[in-house]
Amino acid sequence: MAVRDYIRDRFFPHMWCPGCGHGIVLNNMLRAIETLELSKNDIVMVSGIGCSSRISGYVDFHTLHTIHGRALAFATGVKMSRPELTLIVPMGDGDALAIGGNHFIHAARRNIDMTAIIMNNRIYGMTGGQYSPLSGYGARASTAPYMNIDQDFDVVQLSKAAGATFVARSTTYHVQQMTDIIRQAISHKGFSVVEILSQCPTYFGRQNKLGTAVDMMTRYKDTTTPIGSKAKKQNPDLIERGIFVQKEMPEYCTEYEKVIERAGGGA
Amino acid sequence: MSENIKFIQGNEACVEAALYGGLDFYAGYPITPSTEIAEHMAVRLPQIGGKFIQMEDEIASIAAIIGASLTGHKVMTATSGPGFSLMQEGLGYAVMAEIPCVIVNVQRGGPSTGLPTNVGQGDVMQAQWGSHGDYSIVAITASNNQDVFNMTVHAFNIAETYRTPVILLFDEVIGHMRERVDIPEKGEINLVERLKTQIKTGVDFHPYLPREDGRLPMSDFGGVHRYNVTGLAHDMWGFPTNDPQIVHGLLRHLVDKINNNVQEITRYKEYCMDDAELVLVSYGSTARSALHVVNNRRKRGERLGLLELQTLWPFPYSLVKEKCAKASYIGVVELNMGQVVQLVRNAVDKPERVFLINRIDGVFISPTDIRNTLRVIQGKGM
Repeated sequence: MAVRDYIRDRFFPHMWCPGCGHGIVLNNMLRAIETLELSKNDIVMVSGIGCSSRISGYVDFHTLHTIHGRALAFATGVKMSRPELTLIVPMGDGDALAIGGNHFIHAARRNIDMTAIIMNNRIYGMTGGQYSPLSGYGARASTAPYMNIDQDFDVVQLSKAAGATFVARSTTYHVQQMTDIIRQAISHKGFSVVEILSQCPTYFGRQNKLGTAVDMMTRYKDTTTPIGSKAKKQNPDLIERGIFVQKEMPEYCTEYEKVIERAGGGA
Repeated sequence: MSENIKFIQGNEACVEAALYGGLDFYAGYPITPSTEIAEHMAVRLPQIGGKFIQMEDEIASIAAIIGASLTGHKVMTATSGPGFSLMQEGLGYAVMAEIPCVIVNVQRGGPSTGLPTNVGQGDVMQAQWGSHGDYSIVAITASNNQDVFNMTVHAFNIAETYRTPVILLFDEVIGHMRERVDIPEKGEINLVERLKTQIKTGVDFHPYLPREDGRLPMSDFGGVHRYNVTGLAHDMWGFPTNDPQIVHGLLRHLVDKINNNVQEITRYKEYCMDDAELVLVSYGSTARSALHVVNNRRKRGERLGLLELQTLWPFPYSLVKEKCAKASYIGVVELNMGQVVQLVRNAVDKPERVFLINRIDGVFISPTDIRNTLRVIQGKGM
């Protein structure tokens, strides 16, 4: 199938700003799904609230656009009640890690089989450019007019500590890597986290004087490096890209089947 | 036969009724005085191949049951005061997206952390008005464990019939009291199963286009119809819209599907009402004390009656007006500062004849408490 076959073109044009990175994520996520040859009927996409969360409306899967921060909790109900379905949960950085931070760490801890894609543009775009838990110290935002003093999370470290069994990072510049990582994340049996650095030229870019969308994407090229590269050793400030964690651990729904057996409820 | 007779808590009766009604997915978070519901679910659900999950909080609990409902399961969560407050946004989502689910609130004393282990009935207004925006909700209660069973099954039937969240508004006394419950045989109580669409594969399915009778056939997530579900105002495909005409129609539909079916939804009981001069109106555990007073006073020749409301929302205004038409006085017995009493005043012709008989100190109201207030109402002094 072509990527277009996964789209609900009735609902286009999409609502993202010109230059937004989220369309690139949508495109490459669909390319990843295409290579996996999954039936559209077997995919459920659950999202919360924010620019990134609107992604679910545009794809021809079972789509659940929920409330702010709670997408993983809704997805947990879908997955546990029908474990054979493939769950993909695209989220923004604020959605996933501010209001949704608690659900994020608990979904990771359970190792429930779903793929969380964090589209990290370091800002609340939908509401007009307020700082998020990933804006970072020193950033400018409409609610940090005198410079942000909040430290940010490292999504990879947080995910590892919370128990995610697949953790990766890529950017909207590195589209082939992004597609490959999303494909592996979806195939992974357990809780997968993929952080994708995605530019918001309208708010984060403008407020932090980062130039155009192209300038911001070029910066992803310049400020990131493959995991463990020589460049990273020479310049520790570079952000690593690639797969950080990929391990087998008991998956939640599979474990619950054992609970049913122990309770004598097996068919 | 004796296996079907149990001596159990109200919370346990609620669990058994939910299973009888077809529940096979439960998500919850421990909170007094509802915790026994989660504990019994954790034991009982895997025994029948169902699923139980303890979530990280009440917000996640209501989210999880909504997700599971969409795959075609009958679902429930249970909580109490603070947890019910946390669930309000999810409740509004279930209203807007029209997801069948049952939410139990075993009421305790409030506000805030309040009196976790004591009884209260202070969440009646919150049950209808707790989430933001305009909507109608169904809230049901019970005064004994057999009724807990029957009303729980009724709640699942209403949730499926009208594609709506239904609130079971029990209280601490009912939840923790042990009483005899006769578990009905399969088929003894009618069960409403989910209305599924007959639309074939490949034909455009409109998940939010009501039929002429107002009902919306569903299609399970994982099935052949892929559609969007959102808490945003949406069109017949479930896609977000700001179109004023569509938004107006959606809001009207959400309210009308409940408010136009008050008679079908309403359950109540009446005792000695035919010639009652003084009518007591009550619900939940307090109806037990009210009934005790009615039976006692009747023996002395006083014309007391009891109207026990089992459906609190949509409030049965016509029923209350009709039943109270001949009463000289109406006393509303409840464990709050006066919530249902306001609704009763709105329902009757002479609101100045409606009095509140209450306690707000976490102590269950006794027949003596009620009788003392009645003496004041009847001008007999303290």
